[in-house]
Amino acid sequence: MRKYTPKDDVQKKSYFNDRFFVTPSIPRTNPSEDEVFANDIENLDTSVKILETYIEAGHLVIYINACDNKKAITYLRDQLDYDFLMELSAIDYISTRGGFEIFYEMLSTSKHKRIRLKCFISEKEPIESVESLFKMANWSEREMYDMYGVKIVNHHNMKRILMPDDWYDYPLRKTYPLHGDETAQWYEVDKIFGKENRDVIGPEERDSAAVDRYDTTRFARLGHEVEFGVDITDGKEPEHTPLGYQEEGGVKLFGKRLVKELHEDKSVTLDKRR
Amino acid sequence: MQQQVNRLKPFFENINFEREDNTMVVNFGPQHPSAHGQLRLLLELQGEEIIKAVPTVGYLHRGMEKMAENMIYNEFLPTTDRMDYIASSSNNYGFALAVEKLLGIEAPRRAEIIRTMLLELNRLTSHLFWLATHALDVGAMSIFLYAFREREFAMDLIEDYCGARLTHASIRIGGVPLDLPDNWTNELAAYVKILTEEIVKYEGLLTENRIWKMRLENVGIITPEQAKSWGCSGVALRGSGIKWDLRKEMPYGIYPELDFDIPTADTCDSYGRYKCYMQEMRETMKILTQLIPMYHDSDPQLMAHSPEYVSAPKEDIMTQNYSLMQHFVLVTQGMRPPKGEIYVATESPKGELGFMIVSDGSPYPYKIKLRAPSFWHTGILEDLLPGHQLADVVTIIGNLNIVFGEIDR
Repeated sequence: MRKYTPKDDVQKKSYFNDRFFVTPSIPRTNPSEDEVFANDIENLDTSVKILETYIEAGHLVIYINACDNKKAITYLRDQLDYDFLMELSAIDYISTRGGFEIFYEMLSTSKHKRIRLKCFISEKEPIESVESLFKMANWSEREMYDMYGVKIVNHHNMKRILMPDDWYDYPLRKTYPLHGDETAQWYEVDKIFGKENRDVIGPEERDSAAVDRYDTTRFARLGHEVEFGVDITDGKEPEHTPLGYQEEGGVKLFGKRLVKELHEDKSVTLDKRR
Repeated sequence: MQQQVNRLKPFFENINFEREDNTMVVNFGPQHPSAHGQLRLLLELQGEEIIKAVPTVGYLHRGMEKMAENMIYNEFLPTTDRMDYIASSSNNYGFALAVEKLLGIEAPRRAEIIRTMLLELNRLTSHLFWLATHALDVGAMSIFLYAFREREFAMDLIEDYCGARLTHASIRIGGVPLDLPDNWTNELAAYVKILTEEIVKYEGLLTENRIWKMRLENVGIITPEQAKSWGCSGVALRGSGIKWDLRKEMPYGIYPELDFDIPTADTCDSYGRYKCYMQEMRETMKILTQLIPMYHDSDPQLMAHSPEYVSAPKEDIMTQNYSLMQHFVLVTQGMRPPKGEIYVATESPKGELGFMIVSDGSPYPYKIKLRAPSFWHTGILEDLLPGHQLADVVTIIGNLNIVFGEIDR
């Protein structure tokens, strides 16, 4: 039987899992233990509906409804003095929960505190842009759309930022393979030569470290040099060719010898910088 | 078979540069030498004045966040080098610290001291590189050569420590792999001495230089409100008069024990930021000087003792069966951190460098979000450039100290 591979999450998985291993979690504490955070929640509660709160690794995490995101951020910025929106992005939970978790990482320079505002949206559900509150969201939301395909409404310039405008699919989704899907692998060929010429061009060499020792056209063969394009598949390659500058007798310029000829046997490696 | 050039038409290659109402669209980059990497700016010009600027990024996108989801934590660490490649140890540190916080372990004191030394050396190399290239953009050639000379010595020091000059990978999760070589601290002290003298010369060349002042003063003014709204950090923020440095305000590592000041500028312009950078180099040297005696007083342990997550020292691996088994599991399968989410920010030379890690308990991170400060320092160009002259564009780009490795990630 063929091994089952889930299609909704194609990222690399551990090849071994101990059945009896219980994964620990970062301890979560109640926000009431921290005076500042408890006060913040109490105030924020008057403005938006709070679903869940806890402190994780010194960060207050607040879950709200996705429709309240703008209201909550406005309140946090204006009333509770969280003056920076540091980061926002999505986390792909489509395979398990059918949607994205959006987080807004905020910082208060007066209180020296960080909070993370989180909300959940289903895969096709749009979310309101917060660009009008924090300009940094202009680019962050573009990146979020680019990478996850989260639909953002009321953004003045919603287009891809890191990927090309005509890119197919969203690269950071769990369904997207690490080496790209078929469209990605043939992107340049399709664009420049046309889809019908895929066979003529051939697939791209994706291993950047690939070296073909018999390819005398594309690879330097230092120490075993042959002429350009010579076929050496029959093993007719020189055992050792001396390393040297291309010009016999060193590099000459205006009659003067600019670089002396290299004698491998006479050269020394310095062990100290001069 | 022929290349069908028309296929490239609809998108990024062919934009019509039309003249309309005496405005002209100019394409600046992505191969412009003073775009500091692969920045492409679409500038709409009225005469030589910019009326609209659209920064475009993504030419160096390597999908690091995607790569991270397919790598074990230790595997990803060298990849972080390629973010801010001018100061790669600061990325290593940000990532290592985030994972350590996730695991709930702490690096030993000596490791933390060595890390801080590397971080501050990286800050120096980064700032010197900034000064050199920025001055070159503005037209001061000699400062480029002087600053690169001193940067070279700093890189030699880093090379002596970890063998690499650009992509250091000098920090591990749980500590540092190696102790400092013999005589390294003496060389560091000598370097600090040299640079202290040299900085005076740089400033002598630039600070009161008439051309330098004309090019920088009142150019690229970021108001405090703008800085807050655009999520600016680092010198871009401090240059706007907001005293916020994570090393001081939300300290990590051994920074609480160190004595240094946070330079700020109230002018909000490029010149103010230049002054901040110069002062910050001095503060960094102050830190380095304090670190040397601290290093000699510390215990020699370099890696945290945490068999679940961190491999034992090499001697133990070679002599003890259990250490070898554990090492094998950690290398082949990777560590399994606790479930949870963590956001850890450090003050890199460019600003707030944040690592958000979502762990589901498996050896591969569920999600990593890299918060690179330069990303928004580029975005702000949209607001910053209009109203300036075309010649000021290179000043502003150079002054904001953006590095494309971390913008595109």
